[in-house]
Amino acid sequence: MIDICLFCNQPPTRYWERTEEDGKNDGKKQKEGDNNEQTPQQNNTRTKKGGNGRSIYPFPGSAPVPEEKLKKFRRGVKGELPPRPQYKLRDVVIRSEAASDLAQKQNARYDLMLPEDAGFLEGDEDEDTCTISQDDIVDAVDITAGAKYFNLTLSQFGPYRLDYSKTGRHLLLGGRRGHVTCLDWQSKQLMCEMNVMETVNDVKWLHSEALFAVAQKKWLYIYDNKGIELHCIRKFNDVLRMQFLPYHFLLATASATGFLQYLDVSVGKEVVAICTKAGRLDVMAHNPHNAIIHLGHSNGTVTLWTPNQREPLVKMLCHQGGVRSVAVDKTGTYMVTSGMDKKLKVYDIRAYRPLQSYFLPAGASCLSLSQRGLLSAATGDIVQVYRDVWGIPVTKPYMAHRAKGSVWGVHFCPFEDVLGVGHGEGFTSMVVPGAGEPNFDGLDANPYRSAKQRQEWEVKALLEKIQPELIGLDPSQLSQVDHSTWEQRHEDRVQVLGFDPLAKEKFTPRLKTKGRSSSGKVEKRKKQVAHEDQRDVIRQTVEDRMKIDKERKEKEKKKAAAAGQKSALDRFRK
Amino acid sequence: EAIKHCAPITPSALIKTKKQLKNLQHNQSTLETPLTRKETEKIQREVAFEKTSKEVSRWQSVVLQNQKAEQLVFPLNQEPSGPKRIEHVVAGWKAQTPLEQEIFSLLRMNKQPLHDPVLTPTEEASLRAMSLEEAKIRRAELQKTRVLQSYYEAKAKRGKKIKSKKYHRVQKKVMRKEYLKQFDEMVKTDPAAALEELKKMELSRMKERMSLKHQNSGKWAKSKAIMAKYDDGARKAMQKQLEVNKDLTQKLVIPADEDEEDEEESAETLPDFVNDVEPILDQVNPWMRGKLSTEPMMEESNRLDPPVWPREVGKPGEGQDEQEEDEEQMEETEEESLLRGFEERRKLRQTEDYNSFSIQTPDGKKAEILEISDYDEEAVEISDDDEEAGLSNFTSLFHGLVNHMEPPADQPKAGPGLRQGESPALLEEGLVRVRTLEDVELLSQDISTSDTALLTTQILGTEETDTQSATQQADKKRKKMIDPNEVLTKEAKVIEMPLAPTAVEDVEDKEEQRVIIKEAFAGDDVVSDFLKDKRKQEEAGRPKVIDLTLPGWGEWGGLGLQPSRSKRKRFRVKVAPPPPRQDQKLPNIIIAEKRDSSIAAHQVCQLPFPFEKPIQFERTIRSPVGRTWNTQNAVQKITAPKVVTQLGAIIEPIAREDLIKDNRQAVTGPSINLESDQGPQKKRRSQQKKQHKRKKN
Repeated sequence: MIDICLFCNQPPTRYWERTEEDGKNDGKKQKEGDNNEQTPQQNNTRTKKGGNGRSIYPFPGSAPVPEEKLKKFRRGVKGELPPRPQYKLRDVVIRSEAASDLAQKQNARYDLMLPEDAGFLEGDEDEDTCTISQDDIVDAVDITAGAKYFNLTLSQFGPYRLDYSKTGRHLLLGGRRGHVTCLDWQSKQLMCEMNVMETVNDVKWLHSEALFAVAQKKWLYIYDNKGIELHCIRKFNDVLRMQFLPYHFLLATASATGFLQYLDVSVGKEVVAICTKAGRLDVMAHNPHNAIIHLGHSNGTVTLWTPNQREPLVKMLCHQGGVRSVAVDKTGTYMVTSGMDKKLKVYDIRAYRPLQSYFLPAGASCLSLSQRGLLSAATGDIVQVYRDVWGIPVTKPYMAHRAKGSVWGVHFCPFEDVLGVGHGEGFTSMVVPGAGEPNFDGLDANPYRSAKQRQEWEVKALLEKIQPELIGLDPSQLSQVDHSTWEQRHEDRVQVLGFDPLAKEKFTPRLKTKGRSSSGKVEKRKKQVAHEDQRDVIRQTVEDRMKIDKERKEKEKKKAAAAGQKSALDRFRK
Repeated sequence: EAIKHCAPITPSALIKTKKQLKNLQHNQSTLETPLTRKETEKIQREVAFEKTSKEVSRWQSVVLQNQKAEQLVFPLNQEPSGPKRIEHVVAGWKAQTPLEQEIFSLLRMNKQPLHDPVLTPTEEASLRAMSLEEAKIRRAELQKTRVLQSYYEAKAKRGKKIKSKKYHRVQKKVMRKEYLKQFDEMVKTDPAAALEELKKMELSRMKERMSLKHQNSGKWAKSKAIMAKYDDGARKAMQKQLEVNKDLTQKLVIPADEDEEDEEESAETLPDFVNDVEPILDQVNPWMRGKLSTEPMMEESNRLDPPVWPREVGKPGEGQDEQEEDEEQMEETEEESLLRGFEERRKLRQTEDYNSFSIQTPDGKKAEILEISDYDEEAVEISDDDEEAGLSNFTSLFHGLVNHMEPPADQPKAGPGLRQGESPALLEEGLVRVRTLEDVELLSQDISTSDTALLTTQILGTEETDTQSATQQADKKRKKMIDPNEVLTKEAKVIEMPLAPTAVEDVEDKEEQRVIIKEAFAGDDVVSDFLKDKRKQEEAGRPKVIDLTLPGWGEWGGLGLQPSRSKRKRFRVKVAPPPPRQDQKLPNIIIAEKRDSSIAAHQVCQLPFPFEKPIQFERTIRSPVGRTWNTQNAVQKITAPKVVTQLGAIIEPIAREDLIKDNRQAVTGPSINLESDQGPQKKRRSQQKKQHKRKKN
C-alpha cells in the first residue's frame, strides 16, 4: 500500500491545537528571557505576600513575543547610541529605535494569523516518491484536491506555453499555432478562447486577470479577458519571451533581434529598449526579489539586466553549451540553469558562486521554481520535480510525470500545490504536494478576492508602484546614503540634462560698426572681459583673505586686553 | 542753633577739622571728567544686555523641552480629555437623596475634602498659614528632635548590649531609688496619683501571677537546678526563687517595690517560654516536673502523629493539649529521640502498630523515615517473638484505619523506589526493605556516572565530527578558490531518472545532434571567449596614463622624431589604481563596475541636521513606515504628527505665570507611548495624571 499524505505530513495545525504548545514555549521563553527583568517585581510580590498574604497576578504586562518570530521581522541591526552631549541626535536615534522595535514586536505578534503549514509527499520504506503516479495521489486525496489533476487535450494547435495569474486563480494558455485561451482553472470556467491566426511565442498575464499580453509572430498584442484586442504595440517586434514585474508594472520582453525592452503597462510607454548584442534571446527569467531580468545566451552565459543600464550588470558563464532555461528562487538567493551540456546548475546569485551541479541524462528544456522551492525540470516529455536542489545534493527526483507530448512550458501555480505543464498535446495540471505557499497575504495576492477587492487592490497597487529607476541588484540601496562625490553627481547631472547648468556663458562681443568690430578689436575686447573675470575672482579672494586676517588680529588684541596683565616675556615682543 | 551745636566743640575735634582743612588745601587733584556719552551708552547697553539675557534665559529650559518633545498638543494648557466628575459637568448639582445628604453632611462636619481627596481644608489652611521662614524653622526643629532621638536610641541600644550583670544591677538600683523617691514625693504632693500608681503595681502583680513567670521552668532555673547538687549558692538561689513563687501565688497586699524588682530580674534571666520542657529533676515537686507528667508512651506516639490524627483513637481528654504541645516541642523531641534511641526502642515494642502506621504519614524528613523503618524491622521481629493478644487487637484496629487513610497520604510522597512497592503490602505481610536510601544513592551515583560517561563519549564524538567538518570546510574553501584556468569544472552529479524520455521527435533529434556537434566544437571556445571578454573589460576599467609631452621645446621635433625618454617620463601623469574589481576572485563572472546613477537621484546625498555619520541616518530609516509592512496601530504611532492643534481653539503664547509655575515641569503635551504596545486608554490615563499633577501644583 502506498502511504500518502497530501499537502502535509500531518493535517494542518489550527490555532486551537497550537495554543497549548506555544503557550508552553512562551512560558519557557519568558522564564529564560525575562528573568533579569522580573526579579525586582518578584521580590516585590514576595515581600507583599509576607506583608498581607495577598497573592498578586502572576503575569504582569503584555504577553511576551517568541524570539524566533521577532527575528523574522528584524530589519537591519541596532547601532549604539551617540554620546550624550549630542542630545538632539540621541533623541532622534532613540525615538526611531523605539518605533522600529514597536513595529517589529507588533508584526511578530500578529504573525500568529498565518497558521498553515506546508507538507510533502512521503513514501513507505524503500519506496521512492517519484514512482507514485498522479492517479495514486488522486485516489488518496479528497475530491477538491483530486480535481486539481486534469488534462486538457488540445492536440490541434501544437505545443502550449502557459502562465498563471499572480493569485494563482487563472490560467492562460497559448498554443504555438495561434490558439489563445484563458480560464479560471479551479472552476474550469472558460473566460475566452480564440485563435490569433499567427504564431504565438509567449503569453503572459499582466498585473491582474483582466489583461494579458501575447507575443505573436511580429508584434506584441494586449488583450483583455474577453479576448478583445486592446493594443498592438508596434515598438515591440519579434518578441520571444516575456516577464512581468508586478510591483513595477513593467512588461519585459526579449526579442529575436536581441533587444530587451521594458513596457510600462500602467502608462503604456516603452521605458527603455536595450540592445543586448547577444543574438536571439529565447531564455528569460526574472528575480522576484529585486526585479532583475536574467537572460540566457547561446554562448553559455547568463546576463543580469536592469532598465537603467545599457550593459549587463553581471555576466556569468554557466554552461559550456548554450543555456536552455533559467529560473530564479522567490527569495532571490538561488538561480537554477540548464544548458545544452545536459547539466543543471544551481548558483547562489548573491555571491555568484556555483552551489550544485547535476547531470541530467537528457538535459532540461524548461525550468520552474515554486514558492516553496521545488524545482520542476522538463526533459523531453517527462516532467520531474526536485526538492531542495541547493541543499544536500539530490540523486533522485521528488516526483516525475510523463506528459503526452514534448513539454513546451512548465509553471508552478502560486498558492496551490499544482504544476501546470504545457506540451504538444495540450495541457496537464499536476498535483505536487508541498509546492505552493500555504499562507497568502490577503492584501497582496488574494486567491479568493472578489471583483470589488480586485478593483481596490488595483488602485492601491498603482499608488504603490515602484519606479523603474529603483531597480538594482540591491533593493535596499535606496535606504543607503549616496557616498558619491560632488563632481560625480555633477557629471551625472550633466549627462542627464545634456548640458552643464553651472557652466558660464561664453562672452560674444557685440557687433559694432565703423571698424570697431575688426578682429583685432574684438580680440581685445574679449581679453578685457576675460581679464575682468579673472580679476574679479582674484579680488574676491584677496578681500576674503584680508578680512580673515583682520578678524584674527582683532581677536588676538581682545584676548590680550582681556588677559590684561603683561607677562614678563612680553618685553621681548615687538 | 548751629552755633549752639558747635559750642561744645572739644579742642581735639578742632584740631581734626583743621587737619582736614589743610589736607583739602594741599590736595590739588581735580574731579574726573564724566565719561563721554558714547562710552556711557556703551556701558548702559552692556548692562541692559546682561539683564535682558538673564531674563530671556529663563525661558530656555521651556523652549528646549518643547523642541525636544515628541509631540506638542496645542493649546498647551488643555483640560483633561477624559471623563469628568459629575460636579464639574453639572454646575448646580446638589445632594438630593437622604443618603447623599447624610454623607455630605458627615464629610462637611469632619472637614473632609469633598472633591479633591488629597488635602483636607485644615491641612490646606495650615499650608497657607505657614510662611517659608516658619517652615524652615519648624523643619530645623524637627531635624534636631530627630537627631536627639536617634542619639538617645543609640545610647539605649549600647546600654542594652552591655553584658555585665553588675552594671545592670546598679542601673536598676538607681532607677528603683529614683522611682521610690518620686513615689514618696507623690504621696506627699498628690495622694490620688500615688494611689493610682499603687493600683498599677497591683495590676502588674496580678499579671505576674497569671503568667506564672516564676515557675522553675526557665533557662536560668534549669541551669540552677543542675548546679544545685554541687553548689550551695545555686541551691539558695533556687530556694529564693521558689519563695518568690510562693509569695506570688499567695494573695498579698504589699508594696509592689520588691515585687517589681524581682519581676525585672526574672525578665532579665528567664526567657519567654512558659511551658518549656525540662529534664526530670525532682519527681516530687509538681512544679519541677513540667510537662513530662503525661505518659511517655502517648507522647511518643504523638510525636509521630500526623496532624490529621483521629482523636477517637487517642485518649480524647488528653488529645487536645498534647497536640498543642506537639507544635512547640517538635524540635526538642527530635533531638531527644536521637539521644534516647534505646529507651525509645524499648517503648516501641509496645507501640509497634503506631509506628507501622507512622510510615505512611507525610512526615517529611528522609532521615526520620529511615530511622523509623529500622524501628519497624525490629518491631516486626519482636512482634514475631512476643505476639501479644491485646496489641494485635490494636493493630487490627489501626490496619482498618490505615486502609482508609493510605492512598492520599502515599501519593504526594512517591519516594523513588522506597515507597511505591512497600505501602500496601507492608501492612498485611510485614516489612520487607526493598531498597534503602543508601542503595538509592548508590544507584543514582551509578546512573550519574554512566550518564557522564555517555556524555563524554558524545562530546568526544561531536568533537570528532566537528574536526571532520572543519577539515571539510577547509577543503571546501580550497575548492572555492578557483584557479582562473579552471572555469566550470564543478563536478556534476548524475541524477537517476525513473522514466526515460521515449517520445523523442525527429525535430528534437536533429536539434540534439546539432547540439552535440556544437558542444564538440565549442566546448572550450566558450570559455576562452568569456575570458577574453573579461580581460577586455578589465582593461577598459583601468585608468590610462596621461602623456603630456610636447614635441620640440629643447629638442628637435619633426616627422619620425620621438621626444627623449627622460622627457616622456617627466611629463607622464600616473593615475592612482582603482579599487580592486568585485569579480577579481570569480573567474567565470564579470561584474560591471559602472555606477548606476539612476537610483542616486532618489538617494539621500546630504545628511540631514542632527546626523553626523551616514550609518546613523541609515539606521534610523532601516524599518519601513507604511501600512503594507506594519500593523495599523504601529503605523499610527510611528507617523504621529509632531504638532497637534485643535480645530478652532485659540493658541496663546506661553504666559509668564506658566513659566514660573511649572519651571520644573514640562509644558509639553503628552509624549507618544512607543515603548509599550498597549491601547490608547493607558495613554489617556497618563495624560490625566499629568494634568492632575499640574493642577495640584
